[in-house]
Amino acid sequence: MKKHTMELIISGRRQRRRRWILVTSLLAILALALCCAMLLLGNTIYPLGDVIRVLSGEQIKGATFAIHTIRLPRMLAGLFAGFAFGMAGYIFQTMLRNPLANPNVIGITSGSSAAAVFCITVIHANGAVVSIASVIAGLATVVLIYVLSKGKSFSIGRLILVGIGIQAMLDAVISYLLLVSSQQDIPTALRWLSGSLNGSKMDELPPLIIAVLILSPFIIVLGKHLGLLELGEQSATSLGVATDKTRIVLILCSVGMIALATATTGPIAFVSFLSGPIAKRLAGSGFSNAIPAGLVGVNLVLAADLIGQFAFEVRYPVGIITGILGAPYLIYLLIRMNRKGEL
Amino acid sequence: MPKHFKTVLFICIVLLGVCVLASLTLGSRLVRWNELIDGLFHSNVDSYGANIVRKRISRTVFSLFCGAALGVSGALMQSVTRNPLADPSILGVNTGASLFVVFGIAFLGINTAGQYIWLALVGAALTAVFVFAVGSMGRGGATPIKLVLAGAAITAALSSLVTAIMIPRAYVMDQFRFWQVGSVGSGNWGDIGTFVPFLAIGILIAFITAPALNALALGDDVATGLGVRTGVLRLIAAIAAVLLCGATTALAGPIGFIGLLATHVIRLILGSDLRFVIPMSAISGAIILTISDVLGRLIGSPGELEVGVVTAFIGAPILIILAIKSKVRSL
Repeated sequence: MKKHTMELIISGRRQRRRRWILVTSLLAILALALCCAMLLLGNTIYPLGDVIRVLSGEQIKGATFAIHTIRLPRMLAGLFAGFAFGMAGYIFQTMLRNPLANPNVIGITSGSSAAAVFCITVIHANGAVVSIASVIAGLATVVLIYVLSKGKSFSIGRLILVGIGIQAMLDAVISYLLLVSSQQDIPTALRWLSGSLNGSKMDELPPLIIAVLILSPFIIVLGKHLGLLELGEQSATSLGVATDKTRIVLILCSVGMIALATATTGPIAFVSFLSGPIAKRLAGSGFSNAIPAGLVGVNLVLAADLIGQFAFEVRYPVGIITGILGAPYLIYLLIRMNRKGEL
Repeated sequence: MPKHFKTVLFICIVLLGVCVLASLTLGSRLVRWNELIDGLFHSNVDSYGANIVRKRISRTVFSLFCGAALGVSGALMQSVTRNPLADPSILGVNTGASLFVVFGIAFLGINTAGQYIWLALVGAALTAVFVFAVGSMGRGGATPIKLVLAGAAITAALSSLVTAIMIPRAYVMDQFRFWQVGSVGSGNWGDIGTFVPFLAIGILIAFITAPALNALALGDDVATGLGVRTGVLRLIAAIAAVLLCGATTALAGPIGFIGLLATHVIRLILGSDLRFVIPMSAISGAIILTISDVLGRLIGSPGELEVGVVTAFIGAPILIILAIKSKVRSL
């Protein structure tokens, strides 16, 4: 009997593991395909052979320019920003045990956006300054929300309310800055309202890419403890997790990635919110879904950008598409949580 | 009558006077006393200062009216939903109005205030119903946190639609950009004329329903026992609230947090009897909006800081304080 139960548990675990690996690899393959599509498609469609030759350094008239200056930066921006939004959003949602507690809803992306807009429109700063300022602003927003909502006992409801308040103020700052910077053309303005890959430049990308490459391993390793953290503070401590340290490192890494992604592409709506729940649906629970969530983020951003570029007569920036796709899901989730009485 | 009612009324009226004076005289150009007198009473004097004062009269009246409308609308929403955090901006009602106005500008080719108003009202009403429906599902009915979250979610959803409509249409964006921040700067006598009927009807309904709403505050069962038809009452009061905030949003753009600010200041001093809270919220709303407008003009000088930005900065901290102070269980 005992042996039978053990076998059942082990085989169940094996099954979940298999599902996780399968889903993760499928997501990775899909992401790869979308990356290729981003490079192949455009005003002129280049065959795969040309793209590979261009990427390996060969000069082809027309194709080199289109791919090197326009499509490759766009693809890389979408790839890394999507991964950052997806993974960091998942970490927040899991750590706070509430899918609504993600950087989009509680104002962290607004903090980074406000800082980036301020740097660009008021002090006309570029690259590094914008990145640093948006990271600092993102962290400051997190700290502010945490300090204000701490109280005697932690309440997720209070944290979200405080976040909504902070976000209202930051959004007011952003719309004011956009209004006074009258020379600013509308595309730039919209980038900071909803996120866009238009006009991504190669030299703007390194901070984001480096941050994702350095920070995501930390998140993947520590993310394994998140399952234990989810059991509650005391259980996690008794199971040997340094809860405070884990949490702080995870928050720092997540905010760093989110802030740099926001500084590069603007706050692409709802990606950080959607990725976690979708990844959980696909890959199941039981293992850390940090990697699947990141990959879902990549797929969402790239697919939405392709839809925005080619599906309509007008070219819509990626944030509009993710916004329209994400909004009904947010409302559905809210209704479901209300029904279950989770709030 | 609440203990301090007369004192509060007196202070409010004095403040109101100060606000009006400040709004007429302060701004990117200060107006001297004799210019103020000229502008107000001597219509034949044609000096620069006097003309500025005349321009500012309509703006001041407009901001007083908008503030009063938003204050009363907030008080009504709070009592209909029995929720201290209800406010047209927090519940997403303003965004609903925005969406319909943008839709009108983009697809129906509307461009006058009189046309904005009807669309804004429809948008505000539909959003209010939807937010309340989503927020009141499940156990415990419409708790503050559920309503606020429903409002935030629907705001996010509707704003993406707004942006999607605007992007391909630069002219809509340009028309909308200035409207969206929320400003009373464009207030002229035509707008005020369009606005007054809505304001009058809304406030009248608020006054008439105040005693019954007091009963509602005791709970639906008690209210029914006292002979109040709760469903009908809620509907009428909600219509008034939507009339007030929808009309304001149509003309001035979405100005946030006035409802929250105005009523909470008054409740703190006068208690919760709506027969006094509603009229005083009107006055305090007018004061707060006008002061914010003046502040915006002073801070933003030589241009101006739109009043919507100022009220977000004054109002959001109040939301945060309320969130911190209320007990965890009541959230």
